[in-house]
Amino acid sequence: MNERLLYVENLSVSFDGFKALDISYFGLNEKELRVVIGPNGAGKTTFMDVLCGKTKPDTGKAMLREKDLLQLDEKGIVDLGVGRKFQTPSVFGSLTVFENLLLARKADRGIFRSLFGTLSSSDRDKLVAISEIVGLKNELERSAGLLSHGQKQWLEIGMLLVMEPELMLIDEPAAGMTDEETHKTGELLKSLSKERSVIVIEHDMEFVRQLDSLVTVLCEGKLLTEGTMEKVQNDPAVIEQYLGRAREKKKEEKAINAKGGSLG
Amino acid sequence: MKTPDFFRRETSGLILAFILLLLVPVLNFTGIMSDLSINLLGRYLCFAMVAIGIDLIWGYTGILSLCQALFFCLGGYCIGMHMLLKTGTQGTYGSALPDFMVWTGVTSLPWFWRPFSSFGAMLFFGLVIPALAAFIFGFFAFRSRIKGVYFSIISQALALAAWLIFLRNETRLGGTNGLTDFKTLLGFSLADPGTKRGLYYLTAIVLMLVYFACRFAIRSKFGKILVAIRDSETRVRFTGISVARYKIFIFSIAALLAGIGGMLYVPQTGIITPGRMDVRSSLEMVVWVAVGGRATLMGPIIGAIGISLLYSVLTGTLPGSWLYVLGGLFIVVVLFMPRGVTGAFEDARTALRKRFAGFRSDKGEAP
Repeated sequence: MNERLLYVENLSVSFDGFKALDISYFGLNEKELRVVIGPNGAGKTTFMDVLCGKTKPDTGKAMLREKDLLQLDEKGIVDLGVGRKFQTPSVFGSLTVFENLLLARKADRGIFRSLFGTLSSSDRDKLVAISEIVGLKNELERSAGLLSHGQKQWLEIGMLLVMEPELMLIDEPAAGMTDEETHKTGELLKSLSKERSVIVIEHDMEFVRQLDSLVTVLCEGKLLTEGTMEKVQNDPAVIEQYLGRAREKKKEEKAINAKGGSLG
Repeated sequence: MKTPDFFRRETSGLILAFILLLLVPVLNFTGIMSDLSINLLGRYLCFAMVAIGIDLIWGYTGILSLCQALFFCLGGYCIGMHMLLKTGTQGTYGSALPDFMVWTGVTSLPWFWRPFSSFGAMLFFGLVIPALAAFIFGFFAFRSRIKGVYFSIISQALALAAWLIFLRNETRLGGTNGLTDFKTLLGFSLADPGTKRGLYYLTAIVLMLVYFACRFAIRSKFGKILVAIRDSETRVRFTGISVARYKIFIFSIAALLAGIGGMLYVPQTGIITPGRMDVRSSLEMVVWVAVGGRATLMGPIIGAIGISLLYSVLTGTLPGSWLYVLGGLFIVVVLFMPRGVTGAFEDARTALRKRFAGFRSDKGEAP
């Protein structure tokens, strides 16, 4: 059994009186892959925002091993080994793909090292290797702003790989990807979780099934249930709250022939 | 095989170095360019240094500062104080004190003037004071994540406040009249054409050093981080880079460049007054960069020299029209050349190249 990496207690966030998040307990082990699902407004993204320092909670505790994440700023949390991929890909458009990856490197974040440090050929090879994993090896010199939506998602995952975090927070990785790309992303996430912990937010049920991991269901800011996909799927409360609604939505979406894999 | 690479990459910088350090001296030596023109050009090169600094913070990092003229003047006042002290008893009143102190009734040298009698100390303060002022201001502004238009407004308020302070006689820096009537620098008479030429060379060399140092910085990962901060500051934070630290650093560097420019400027003009640091001066400096082209290091140099040249021509031929011309120029550039003169030039070049390439391949495909 792996050790516990992250544990969250009584975490609550409210926006103008509206309670966006109210989690009494959440735990994640080392090298665990966890999928967080839930209808829109369930607080999934807010949960990640809190973990990476973007949003400050009103009360609660979020510990990564013995370190309190809530006491740290964004940089401190990254330094501790928590990496985040945002829902909408936010790569640096005026830089090339290679430069985007270079920027994520841990080694030269300081001013002096970034000015005078040189990239050894083995470091360069490492970046190129990562670009190969995310399928961007032939786009290295291309401006990141010119990539397709799916490629931008991949680039962000690549940047996350360069950062080598211990805990990866990945918000909707498959949004805007083709079925084939989605499948590839799933396989990548599964292999990643062999060396680190990963939390994934996802809407695409097919994709969640592929990840084959424990699923946490959030609803209206609260943790509804936790378990395998099968167990969660058969939970009457979940069916009531989420899957039913999603199914209806899916029908609607199919009817209007909407693009992309996101729903709910 | 590293040198040819360098030459190809740095073509525009080398052309500029050739013009400033070889062509201009030759023209001057053969009498085509007068000493007066050389002196004037020397002053513009000082402006170009400020402009490079503005480009670093605005063009690359996205911080629009409206107080760069203040940093320029801080450097300028430092060397001005030094030169006044070196005037000794040669002033109009024959007193060891600077003239303005005599007529404002100051009987002994204020304490903060004392260190400036040494050239070394002056050089130190001239570099440190502008950078430190920017560091302190930047520390509070960037740490509290003040950005965008809010930062611009605060910086403008700072420029205004400093201007008001320097205007007062109680500040003991010459009030409205500023510091003037300098005689020597390091023992060289400032009236001597040889000294003027020397100052020009020094300025040109320093400008080229600044230019190539900035080129180096911009090409490094450091430069990429600056651009990333401009593109998406929040995202940079989540890659574990301390945005505030980078902003404070680059803002201090820009102030340092402005200070160096000011120190080289004052001996060449012979006067420094608070008028140089008013709100309008800082705005003008921003226009140099906008017109020349942001995020290209050559752009601000061209902008600063070009607009200053235009200024000196127009104030002679059409006095009073200057601000209209400057405003009009700014509008034209913003509307038609968003990337400035250098950007428009580059666009034209790529367009031409494309045409040429198309022409060539057409020929090649023909049987």
